[in-house]
This record gives sequence, structure tokens and C-alpha cells, in this order.
Amino acid sequence: MFSALAHAAGLLVLVLLGTIIVLLFVGGLPAFRAFGAGFLTSSAWNPVTNHFGALVSVYGTVVSSILALIMAVPLAFGVAFFLTELAPGWMRRPVGTAIELLAAVPSIIYGMWGFFVLAPLIGTTIKPWLASTLGHVPVIGDVFRAIPGDSSIFTAALVLAVMITPFIAATMRDVFLTVPVIFKESAFGLGCTPWEVVWSVVLPTTRASVIGGIMLGLGRALGETMAVTFVIGNTNRINPSIFAPGNTIASLVALEFPEAESGSLQLSSLLALGFILFVISFIVLAISRMLLPQRGRV
Amino acid sequence: MTLNYQGVGSGAGQKLVIQRTVDFGASDAPMSADKLASAKLLQFPAVMGAVDIAINLPGVATDAVRLSGKVIAGIYLGTITNWNDPAIAKLNPGIKLPDLAIAPVYRADGSGTTYVFTSYLSKVSPDFQSKVGADKAVSWPAGTGAKGTAGVAGAVKNTPGALGYVESAYATLNHLTTTELETHDGKFIKPTLASFAAAAAGADWKTAKDFAVDLNDQPGANAWPIVSATFVLLPTNPTDAAHGAAVIKFFSWAFANGDATAKDLQYVPLPATVKSQVRKAWKTLGK
Repeated sequence: MFSALAHAAGLLVLVLLGTIIVLLFVGGLPAFRAFGAGFLTSSAWNPVTNHFGALVSVYGTVVSSILALIMAVPLAFGVAFFLTELAPGWMRRPVGTAIELLAAVPSIIYGMWGFFVLAPLIGTTIKPWLASTLGHVPVIGDVFRAIPGDSSIFTAALVLAVMITPFIAATMRDVFLTVPVIFKESAFGLGCTPWEVVWSVVLPTTRASVIGGIMLGLGRALGETMAVTFVIGNTNRINPSIFAPGNTIASLVALEFPEAESGSLQLSSLLALGFILFVISFIVLAISRMLLPQRGRV
Repeated sequence: MTLNYQGVGSGAGQKLVIQRTVDFGASDAPMSADKLASAKLLQFPAVMGAVDIAINLPGVATDAVRLSGKVIAGIYLGTITNWNDPAIAKLNPGIKLPDLAIAPVYRADGSGTTYVFTSYLSKVSPDFQSKVGADKAVSWPAGTGAKGTAGVAGAVKNTPGALGYVESAYATLNHLTTTELETHDGKFIKPTLASFAAAAAGADWKTAKDFAVDLNDQPGANAWPIVSATFVLLPTNPTDAAHGAAVIKFFSWAFANGDATAKDLQYVPLPATVKSQVRKAWKTLGK
């Protein structure tokens, strides 16, 4: 009896997952039919003329998530390094718990904080500084050009970075702790500094798990909706500058779904976007699963 | 009988009433006559609201700056990008406008307010109509999007040089810096309940099918240019006759007693002639 129930519960998850994929695909089918492969390469999103394309929101999703990773990974590595090697014993637990609590903050809180505090702050500090320095460098200057308005892909990426840092830091700390003490002690015995121990002993032995943890963070960043909506500017244009507003799949779907008329091409295109996001997240999570160690039998 | 109102957005509201999940729906954008007929729905206006322009110009008082529909269209098209643009200066001879980039803000979520606002801009600017058009969500050539009225208001407050459109009720209650607008007759007026009511009075309610009047840019000395009605959708063949009757009773009560409340909330009650027209339409229900 119990075994039957447990089997049913396990199967139910698979059925749910399969149904979601199928429903998203079927819902998006009219859009895929109407635009073909052009749906992926078109930057249009015009409910008036009924022309839809995924390029701008896919671009925004990928760029904001990767920027977030660039900011979060070094920070998370620093946190994990500090907690496992440098922090005195009495600090490890409170700081570790604080990091985990950060992961529990609801994303809407991050969104509001980003909108009211972080976005204006970036607009008056980081943006002018980067624009007046790197902004004048040939070739890459365009990437740092100042654009009026506080909402931007950069702001969204920074909020995402704060959100995913705890995930990545917690994973890194856990896998760093799995490194056998004897490895580290041998390295210390050879006269290595803590940095050298982590860089040439701990990291190489845990590389796969660390990358897996980063992928988990990336997965979260890709699908984040509320916090991003608040600060990204929700603009359907691609601009080389990271200080320009943009859009992500999740936020576009959340914004336009309630007012999209049933049976319209707009609704179908939104479902098609959902399908694309599902595929992207699925690939990222699959990679992370493959790289993370099998922690016993799950 | 209790009334359970859910603010789900106009698109969802229309869908739910077509499916008869709810006893009535409401939307800022009127439904087309074909759709009303095929879904067996009666459409009538309940109340009217206006849209204000909110700006963030340091040191400028509310209703001090004058704008016109053509200039606003230019700002949202990205052809007017600075507050010291000659087109704005020409409307404001008394004010020294700063050399500051304009940051237009729009509703990122699908919204009846966007429908009203883009309908207005399409009406006064052929350029806007051909390049953008009117809908609950459009492809904006310039500016940034914010979620919800509060999001637009917040983005405008945060950003010096910003300009956005919000429901008048929200602008008044939250003390946003609004602007004067040019009327159809070329006068500049402040957003007041009297000027919203003037727009409603000038409209042609008699001949409009399904009450779907366009209240934007109405002639009249004191008619605010961006005004719209909220439309209620009722099934002409309610699944539950008792519910259908109760809904009529509710709106009948609201028409008789709700004017003061509407005004408190910065909405404009319907003119008496329109109310009696609506009451007449109710009589056709269920027959």
C-alpha cells in the first residue's frame, strides 16, 4: 500500500513535468507556425500589428543572467573561502546562517529594494563612473555608455547577483568541506598559504561540484521574474550598453499574460516564450545535475 | 448575496465573463460589436476616469508645465529627447526649461490605461498612429517600462527628467507633479474633475453603438483631452437569473447613490442622460 502511494507520487511528478512541457508547446504552436524559426531571430514584439519574436527577451535573459554570474561567482567564492579557511570558529555558524537566510528572502523584496534603493544609487554612482572611464575606450566603450533612466540590464544583473550569491556560496562551502583534511594539511605542511591551498588543492578536487553550484545559481537567475521586472526597464529593444533597459522572458510573460486576449497570437507567443525558457532552464539544470556529486540516493 | 470582485486585468475579466465564470466583467477598452454579439454580452459605461501626465522636473511646480498631444507623441516616439527642445519651449514661454534628457516611462504590463493613452496619441498624431498604434500593450520606440501604475509613478519620482502617464485618481491621491495639457480647442487646462466632466458632456452618447464612445480629445472649452469610460460587460442570457437581477440591482443602486463616492475617488459620474440610456438598455436583458 505505502509502496504503491510512493510510486504514484513519484510518477505524478513526471506526469506533471511532461504535461507542462506539452501544454506550453501546444499553446505556443500557433506562434511557431506563424513565425517559424524566425520567432527565435526576430526582435519584434508588437501586439498592435501582431508581430512577435523572442530575440530581445532571450538576449535580455541570457545577458542579465551571465552578468549576474560574473558578479556573483567571485563574491560567492570569497564567502566560501572565508567560511571554510579563514573565519574563526565562532563566526562560521552565524555568517553561514546569514548567507542561507539571504537565500530565503522573497524575490519581491529584492525587487522593491532594487527599484527604490539600488537603481537610483547605480544611476548616480556606478553608471557615471563606468561611463566616464570605460565608456571612452574604443570598441568596448558602447557597452558602458550611459543611457538615461535608472532601470537597466545592469541593475537587474546586480539584483540577480545578490539573489544567487547565497545559493552558490552555500554550495561551494559544502563541497569545500568535503575535501579530505589530509589533502589540505599536506599542502599546508609544504608551506602553502591558505590561498594556494584553496586554489591548487581544494578547487581542482571540487571543480565539477563548484560548476554545478554555479549552474544552479544560473538556473535561478534565468527564471527570476518579479525582482527583474522591477528594475530591468521592460523595453523591447536591444542596445549594446549594459545601462540600457531590456527585457527577460520571465518578466515579459508575467507582464503581458493577464491582458493577452484568449486565442490571440500574442497569448500563443507568450506561451512559446515560456517553452523556450523551459528548454533553456532544463538544459542548465541538466548540466548542473550531471556535474554535482550524487549525494547518496535521493 | 455577496459581491466578490477580483481585479484580474481587463483581458482576464473579458475572458471570464465570456465563459460565464463570473456574473459581470469590466474593462477600460470597449469590446467590439462583433465580439459582444457572438459572446451575447451587453456593454455599458459605469464611470469615467482621466489620464494625467506626471513629470519629474526639479524645481517645477505641479501643473506649471504645458504639453500638447503632439509633443507627448514626439517624446514617446523618441524624436523629442530633451526638456529644452524648441517644441516644448514654444508651449512654455514663461518657464526656463533645463538642459535635461527626457526619460519617458510607460506601463510594461498590459493595461487599459495604456489603451486609453495610446488611443489619444494615435488620434492627435498620425505619426504615432502609423508607427505605434493603440492597444493595451504596444511596441514603444523609446523609454522604459514599469509595472503597474505605482511602478510608473515610482519610476517618475526616482528619475529626474522622467515623464509618465497615470490614472488621474492615482496622480491626485499621491500628489504627483502633473502638467497642463492642450485641449482640442487649443487651450491649456489643468487636470480637474470639472475638466474631465466637460469631456464627457461633449461626447456623442446617443449614436455610439454599445456606448463605445471615444472620449479622447473632445471639443469643448474646458474638456480634458485624455478621458475614458470603464465598461461593464453583462451576459444577456445570464446562467442564473437571480444573479443577473442582483447585478442590475447593484448597478442601479450605484448609479443612484454612487456619484459622491466616485468623485471622492477622482472618477467622473456619468451624465444623467447617459444613465437613463443605460437603464433603458438593461430593460432589454433576458428578453
